[in-house]
Parts: sequence; C-alpha cells; structure tokens
Amino acid sequence: MDMALDLVAGIGRATLSLLRATGAIALFALSGLSHIVRPPFYGRVFWGSFLETGFFSLPVVALTALFSGGVIALQSYTGFAQYHAQSAIAGIVVLAVTRELGPVLAGLMVAGRVGAAMAAQIGTMRVTDQIDALDTLSTNPMKYLVAPRLLAGLVALPLLVLIADVLGVAGGFLVAVVKLDFSATAYITATLNALKAEDVTVGLVKAALFGFLITLMGCYHGYNSKGGAEGVGSATTSAVVAASILLLAFDYLITDLFFSH
Amino acid sequence: MTDAPPKIRIRDLHKSFGSKKVLDGVTLDVAQGTSCVIIGGSGSGKSVLLRCLLGLMTPDSGVIEIDGENILSAPASRRERLRGEIGMLFQNAALFDSLPVWENVTFGLLARKHLSRRNARTHAGEILTQVGLDPSVGDLYPAELSGGMQKRVGLARAIAARPDMLFFDEPTTGLDPIMGAVIDGLIVNCVKTLGSTAIAITHDMASAQRIGDQAAMLYQGRLIWQGAASTLMESGNPYVDQFTHGRREGPITMELRR
Ligand SMILES: Nc1ncnc2c1ncn2[C@@H]1O[C@H](COP(=O)(O)OP(=O)(O)OP(=O)(O)O)[C@@H](O)[C@H]1O
Ligand SMILES: [Mg+2]
Repeated sequence: MDMALDLVAGIGRATLSLLRATGAIALFALSGLSHIVRPPFYGRVFWGSFLETGFFSLPVVALTALFSGGVIALQSYTGFAQYHAQSAIAGIVVLAVTRELGPVLAGLMVAGRVGAAMAAQIGTMRVTDQIDALDTLSTNPMKYLVAPRLLAGLVALPLLVLIADVLGVAGGFLVAVVKLDFSATAYITATLNALKAEDVTVGLVKAALFGFLITLMGCYHGYNSKGGAEGVGSATTSAVVAASILLLAFDYLITDLFFSH
Repeated sequence: MTDAPPKIRIRDLHKSFGSKKVLDGVTLDVAQGTSCVIIGGSGSGKSVLLRCLLGLMTPDSGVIEIDGENILSAPASRRERLRGEIGMLFQNAALFDSLPVWENVTFGLLARKHLSRRNARTHAGEILTQVGLDPSVGDLYPAELSGGMQKRVGLARAIAARPDMLFFDEPTTGLDPIMGAVIDGLIVNCVKTLGSTAIAITHDMASAQRIGDQAAMLYQGRLIWQGAASTLMESGNPYVDQFTHGRREGPITMELRR
C-alpha cells in the first residue's frame, strides 16, 4: 500500500517537473522568437552562428548523407534484387533521403556539434557573470545571445539539408552505378521520376523546425546552467540529449501529419 | 548631511537562499557624488547586495530607491534604462571572452550608439591608457591577459560610458600595491570629476580609506557599523576593529567557534 502510494507520488512529482520544464522552455522559446522580430538586430552575432551552424557543419553532414544514401542503395538491392531492382532502388533512395534521412541525420549531426557548443558557450557566459555583464551594458542577453542563434538554426538547417539531399542521392547513385553495375542514365531518369516537390518541401520544413529545436535546447540549457564547470558540462549533455529526442519526436509528428493519409 | 534625497536609498533589504539568510535588513543611504565602501567577511553577502542594486537579483523584501524612485516596483523597461546608468565591475571581471579587449571596453557605448565602430578602437585605447594599460592591449583577447589586467579592463569597461553610478566589486584585488593605488586614484577621480556616486566592496583597508567617503560593515546580513571611511581603523566598534586590524581574537572569531 505504502509502496503504491510512493510510486504514485513519484510519478506525480515527475509529471509536475516535466510540465514545469516544458512551460519554462515554451516561455524561453516565445521570448527568443519575439526578440528575433524586434530591433536592435545583432547581425554580427547572427552571421557568426550561421557560419558555425551551417558552413562548418558541411563536412560532417555531407559525409553522413553520402554514406547513408549509399547504404540505402545497398540494402534495398539485397531486398529487391529478384524483382525489377533498377527503378525501385532509385525511387527508394530519393524517398528515404528527402523525406527522412536528410533532415534527421543532418539534424542529429548538428545537434551534436552546434547544440553542444552553444550550450557550453552560453553556459560559460552564465557561470562567469558575462550574461549579467550584458545586462549592465544596455544589452538584452535574450536578444544578443539567444535570438540570433535561433534564427541561425532556422535558416541554416534547411540549406544544409538541401545539400544533404543532393549528396544522399549522389551516394545512392555511386553505389548503384559503380558497385551494382546499373546504367547511369536509367538510374538518373528513375531518380527524377521518383523525385516529388512535396517530399523535398516537407523535408525542408522539418529541417527548419529541427534547426530551431537544436539551437533552442543549446541556448536554454546554457542560459539556465549553474554551478561552475560541472554545471556547464551537464548543460551541454542535456542540450544534446534533449535536442535529439525532441527532433525524433517532432519528426514522427510531422511525418504523421503530412504522409500518413 | 544635506536635505537632498540620497542618490541611493536602501531600506530593510532581505534576501535568503533557501533557509540561508544572506541579507537580513540592510539599510543604507549613499548621497549623490559620494562614495561608500562596504567591507565584510567572505560570504557575508556583499556581492549579493550589489546584485540586488543592479536588479540582477530580486530581494525578498525591502526598498531600493534611486533618486527617490523605488526601482523594485518600477516596470521592467524603466529598470533596464536605470541599469544603463550604472557601471559595474564584477568580482571576476566577467569580460566577454569571444570579443577582443577593445570591443569589451566600448561594448556599452556601441550598444547605446554613442560611438561608431570605426572610432571605437581608438577610443578604447584612450580608456585603456587611463587604467594603466597600453592601447595595444586592445587587440588581445581576455584569455591572453593576466588576472590583474583583466580587472583593469573590467574597470575600463565600467567607466567607459561615464555612468551616473559606479559599483565596484573588489576593484583592487589581484593588483600589485602600486597599481592598486593607481586604480583607487582613478575611482576617486571618477567620483570627483564625473560626479558619479560609487559603491565599492573591498578587503583592502588602505584602499577603503583612499576610495571611500563613507564606510559600512556587513556582518550577519546587516550593516552593523557605518561611519566616515577615515575612521575605519579606529571605529570603536569591536567587530569592525577586529576585522580591520585582522585580529584572530575578538567577537567575530568567538561566534564562528561556537
Ligand atoms: N545564486 C546563489 N544561490 C545560492 N546562494 C548564493 C547565491 N549567490 C550567493 N549565495 C550565497 O550568499 C552568500 C553571500 O555571497 P556573496 O557572493 O555575496 O559573498 P561576498 O560577501 O561577496 O563574499 P566574497 O568577499 O568572498 O566575495 C554566500 O554564502 C553564498 O553561498
Ligand atoms: Mg563577493
């Protein structure tokens, strides 16, 4: 009896703290968004975060996309070999890359690189009073630190995913032509036939949302970190874990919304 | 003692962290254009008091008035504007480590558009010279500076906008004695020539007497003594005497032992 009560109380406490955290993150996100659209704008900070999020993530994202496109081609070949493999494989690669692999893998890579770096940087600024110092120098830290980073994530991820889409399809093409001895022109024709604008668009919408979620988690956990170097370390971990889980959850929701009917 | 309302007026300020009372009824007046030094043991809440004045922490109860206006009940935008009239030197300098020194120094001026970026580098050099640093330091990053140099850059950043109020959290800690005296002189100069009102926290009694018009000692959450800074060494208060003379025997040690 007592144990049952303890259990219920424990679940209740966990639920409450989850709700509290969700509320706090939602308020943080709203405040960050509202600062994106109100001047002053910090173009310099935006540009720095944009380069960090987009440009410097390019190598990692490119390699990831290239290999996963190739893997999809290989895997589906073993499954479809008996039947008319040629056209099916090209179609599967395009579909998988534009709808799922492009945005999700790019998102996870950027979460590990950029989300962690943002949490560490903003967290260090918090525990060394730099955020308080901003306040005393007529600069709103939400506007100066958070808003440009959110915007950078929102803009950079779709661009990255566009590149990931191209490279993922290229990875499938390379495997199909070089290893499986398919005809290059036939593969390209099949690819173009399977390519749908809607798939690409929804993939880019996902990417924008993921970019926002990743930078939001990095900023939120960094901004609220406390307790010296250890606090910054755990903020970094939380940012990456939370961003990855949220990303996959929202991926499911969006897929359900657009593709399930 | 004039009839004009004090620049900064603090009444019965309380602040606790959990069950730990840090400020337990602080009351203090600082007149316009004067400076007040606050002394007190490590962990007695001096930095917390400054944070409350800056609006970076909200006290549990009490009144903080600036020019007769209660800032605790003022709207956020007003408090933000008031904060712009305060220059603050943080205990650990709190320099922005992603920006070069010159941009740190001129950050507030650039934020308020009192300065264009083109002129900022030269202007930063002038302010750096005032705090005893070579203008070329402006091109370094905070991580490339010694602790004492960081402190001086922090000071340069605090005074750059010639603010109405200046708060210093241990301005001379970590400086050699000569540089400490130079910085003290600079602070006095700011108060005299700019007419700024200053509050400084210090552990250095010589510096306290050089900087301060008034002095106060924070102990167990209250200001247990206030008087002219010049009388700091012979206050007649047993707590203050023990503290300023650094004696091991006295009322403070006794209470710690109990
Ligand atoms: N954010 C906080 N959360 C919890 N406790 C805090 C916080 N800030 C300060 N304290 C506590 O308040 C007390 C006073 O801290 P404060 O930094 O004001 O000391 P101080 O007088 O400035 O000491 P020092 O001379 O060493 O700088 C300390 O016991 C500290 O643990
Ligand atoms: Mg302190």
